Amino acid sequence: MVWKIFLFLLLAFVSVAGISFPIVENPTKWYEFPLIPGLEENAKIIFFHVPTAWLTVIAFLMSTLYSFKYLRKKNLDDDLKSYASAQLGMIFCILATITGSVWAKFAWGSFWNWDPRETSIFALLLIYGAWFALRSSIESEEKRATLSAVYSMIAFVTVPFFIFIMPRIMTGLHPGSADDTNAGPVVNFKMNGNMLLIFFLSLIGFTILYFWMWRVGYKSILLKDKLDKKFIRG
Amino acid sequence: MSSKSYSLFLKDLKSELRTRYAINALAMFIIVAISVIMFSVGQEKISPSLTGGLFWVVIFFTAMSGLSRAFVSEEERGTTLALQLVASPTTVFSGKLIFNIILVFAMNTVIAILYSVLFEEFIIRNFLLFLTSFVFGNIGLAISSTIIAAIIAKAGAKGTLYPVLSFPILLPLILASVQLTLFAIDGISFESAKFELAIVISYDVIMLTASYMLFDFIWKE
Repeated sequence: MVWKIFLFLLLAFVSVAGISFPIVENPTKWYEFPLIPGLEENAKIIFFHVPTAWLTVIAFLMSTLYSFKYLRKKNLDDDLKSYASAQLGMIFCILATITGSVWAKFAWGSFWNWDPRETSIFALLLIYGAWFALRSSIESEEKRATLSAVYSMIAFVTVPFFIFIMPRIMTGLHPGSADDTNAGPVVNFKMNGNMLLIFFLSLIGFTILYFWMWRVGYKSILLKDKLDKKFIRG
Repeated sequence: MSSKSYSLFLKDLKSELRTRYAINALAMFIIVAISVIMFSVGQEKISPSLTGGLFWVVIFFTAMSGLSRAFVSEEERGTTLALQLVASPTTVFSGKLIFNIILVFAMNTVIAILYSVLFEEFIIRNFLLFLTSFVFGNIGLAISSTIIAAIIAKAGAKGTLYPVLSFPILLPLILASVQLTLFAIDGISFESAKFELAIVISYDVIMLTASYMLFDFIWKE
């Protein structure tokens, strides 16, 4: 219970701080963010866009991991965990796409540019859209678990290609792209201490939120199964 | 094992030649797809790079219309159980894969010939590069579509789900192949297309390995 209050306070602080702290040219007070040339006020969305993209990766990775576990042990609980995680991954994937494309409109001039990372997240949307379609087409639980696990493994082995082929075909706009002039990790460019602190607090808060939501999602699927069995079989 | 998968391939070939379902469907689909493009282009002058992209659109959708037959036909005829009894999963997959590779090569050769006859802008300047990318692209297309066909055959919805499931898996291959076709149209040397060729070849190897490892799980389901 304590950690839930802690999480609430953390995320409330991150949301309020991320949105309301002013951006000034020469930050002197503890709550002021530095002005990043080219981003200005848009910079604030970084506290929400990056965590959603990060969670998309974590959630889909967990889903694939549990699919792999299912194929080895044939335990249906693993499949349910994988499903619950993929559901969350899809939500965060859509959120990351929307926040990203809003940011792209104001930073790069259009909602969609087919930048390598935009294309990768589009491919993720396609893969998991297909994955859910596949799952809904199969009645039997074991069959559904096996086939969807196999599909997510096949999809997983194509991931390295997206990382290598995309930058060759499209020009990158995200920081850290191959042809980026101020190359290097996103974080250590031009963010000052308090901005970094809030950025990492946001990442940590959202990650805890994900693991909590995952557990709740998994439990609710279990309960739903139990209720179905109770009412259908009496 | 190899002789068994060869006889499996012969069995598929024979039953295909008897009904000619996949061949007819593919041939008609090629004509339909190309004529749709020709009607929509009309008298317009299209750029050579656009023809390279459209070439792969035709290939993708034609593949999606016919390649799922390999496994779906076994499920429809109810012969899956018999196959499971007489052959190991690896043998079955090899046999189906050989059949699909032959089908893809036949289909894409027809598409390439028709395409270069009908579109004047589609001129390959570096033919060797085109041929290499064509061969490896076809093998990759056959591998991925065979393993997805195995999944589809076991799932309920057979027709509609196939392109949906295949597209994300084929996307890296299609992106690299479109790029290679554009290089061949522009007449770029072999040396500077090395990276894309390496991508296509490693895609083939990785998908082949993954398919053989995962096919057991699908087949025993």
